[in-house]
Amino acid sequence: MKRIALLGMPNTGKSTLFNRMTGGAARVGNWPGITVELLSGKILLGNEMVEIIDLPGIYDLHGFSDDEQVVRHFLHDNVPDLALVVLNTSQIERQMSLLLQLKQLNMNLVVVLNMSDEAKKFGITVDVQKMSGLLELPIFLLSAKYGTGYQEVQHAITKALRYPTPGMAEQLRTQLEQDEHIESEMARVLKHTVQIPARLSDKLTEKLDGVLLHPWLGLPIFFAVMYMVFQGVFLFGQPFQEGIADLLDWFRGAALEPMLGALPQYMQGLLLDGVYNGVATVAAFVPIIVLFFLFMAIVEDSGYLSRAAFLMDALMSRLGLDGRGFVMLLMGFGCNVPALMGTRVMRSRAMRLLTMMVIPLSLCSARLQVFIFFTAALFTAKAAPLVLFSLYMFSFATAIITALIFKSQFKNSEPFVLELPPYRFPTARQMVLRGWLEVRHFLRRATKFIVAGVVMVWLLTNLPTSAVPASADTLAGMIGSALHPFFAPLGINEQLTIALIFGFIAKEIVIGALAVIYSLSGDALSGAISLQLDWVQAYSFMLFTLLYTPCLATIATLQSESKQLNFTLLSLAWSLGLAWVISFAFYQGARMLGY
Amino acid sequence: MSATTLAALHPGDTATIVSIHAEEALHLRLLALGFRSGKQIEMIRKASFSGPLQVRVGTTDVMLRRVEAAKIEVSRA
Repeated sequence: MKRIALLGMPNTGKSTLFNRMTGGAARVGNWPGITVELLSGKILLGNEMVEIIDLPGIYDLHGFSDDEQVVRHFLHDNVPDLALVVLNTSQIERQMSLLLQLKQLNMNLVVVLNMSDEAKKFGITVDVQKMSGLLELPIFLLSAKYGTGYQEVQHAITKALRYPTPGMAEQLRTQLEQDEHIESEMARVLKHTVQIPARLSDKLTEKLDGVLLHPWLGLPIFFAVMYMVFQGVFLFGQPFQEGIADLLDWFRGAALEPMLGALPQYMQGLLLDGVYNGVATVAAFVPIIVLFFLFMAIVEDSGYLSRAAFLMDALMSRLGLDGRGFVMLLMGFGCNVPALMGTRVMRSRAMRLLTMMVIPLSLCSARLQVFIFFTAALFTAKAAPLVLFSLYMFSFATAIITALIFKSQFKNSEPFVLELPPYRFPTARQMVLRGWLEVRHFLRRATKFIVAGVVMVWLLTNLPTSAVPASADTLAGMIGSALHPFFAPLGINEQLTIALIFGFIAKEIVIGALAVIYSLSGDALSGAISLQLDWVQAYSFMLFTLLYTPCLATIATLQSESKQLNFTLLSLAWSLGLAWVISFAFYQGARMLGY
Repeated sequence: MSATTLAALHPGDTATIVSIHAEEALHLRLLALGFRSGKQIEMIRKASFSGPLQVRVGTTDVMLRRVEAAKIEVSRA
């Protein structure tokens, strides 16, 4: 099958073009020579199937950033039949350097000058015919966002694919070192073909920046925007999550239970409480992920995310992170999973890993449910808000400490120079496609892992068959008592230890698990717990719950995003270790002070 | 005409890039973003708390940190 590689600088609308070409029917895959996964899609062009690969955006073919190396290795090991070079028309005076570098590689090229709608607005005119003639390349104006000019591009690609690729020269490096030639060539072509007005007339962007990046209004506006996005995702998401849960419950009662009624009790439990609950756990994330990326598409495609980086950089650079990492950390307070997936906007791998190390410490809404239950049971109405606030402070503090400790481990070596693109209106198509692609990615990567995990915990809490589920006689109970020496110094008893094992799946089920463990529910459960525990023990348990592994879905996402088992294990070990040390210090300290 | 670094410019100032004294990775990135000697550069704004700078080169707005901006020698128009 013939291969087309999409190449271009960041912010040229490469992915938009890719989505337009493939109609969202893309898959993520591995390629020889490189370690990161790339999006690719198969489409019918003319009368043959071709594969299109979306390469990461690069500034320079011989640069040293992670992405630039990925592209070089990809081209080296998977020579495409055609490279479709995407340039941003309004930045053509500097982006042409990349085109000329690619031209020297002697590849089969088709060039599109994208965002032609924006360039037109700025008053930039390009004589495409003349440029085609001077460069001896097929060049087309395109607006991938609105589809203007797309027909011609498609036609040109089909035509260009009929000719064999001239093949790529061996000595990539030596060829690429002819910067001087490139510069003079660039000046020559630009002088004859492009007219740029002396000053760009993007008054709107300038005015918006004047307010959004205002020295003292900028930060409050940023936090207000983040608050609205947060509320948008998680308030809108909740009814959908509940709806899906109700639907799955209904299906279980109406269809599955009668259907499986003939099976032995034990098999029923395994299939319904194990496998089916696993599926329900996965499904609960779907609305959150879709909504998260709908909103992220707005924040990112509008150009605001890079403004957030600008506003937060003073603080974040000290932590070895960037402002976009801060946005993801904030979103982690709703749910860690989409926040981890969102770190993909950071192109430096080291910085991405550091951000992914920090995000699981964000107090997500599932953990909040556990804390609300425990504070209501053990603290007065007056003290409860303070207790919750202190847990948020612990969450922030441990995030900062983690960043500071691991900053040197994941040292970012890429220069921090970011483009601030003009503000743009994201199209509904872009937003929906993004949400859909991300949720599919999550389902493919995480479903098996999460279902297996839920089944495993079900087995632990139900085996041997003679034992009462979740009691001390089950495997989980045995593990609980085996682990008791580790948890006793934290003031966490055996029942709570079993609940923590459940909490490994998802924090949402901790209270439900306690209900099974104590065979009590609602007020009776909180009553029993308040009689058994004092506030020091309860707070220690909450600290541990806050800091240890958030949930199976988070682990699955850490693994699927980092693709490095060592990293996932490090993150797991770190959060468990941190949870233990902090709960220990708190519990022993409080007891020593006489509480 | 007075020689200084990009970091020392005030918002609203325009200058000409004289030279870039940066390590190779940063140098390449700056080149690709349109930073070349002889080019006009405008300081748009500086973030509070010693935060990053927003500058305009050609048609591109770029943010960079002050440490990095100090490596770019400019002469005020």
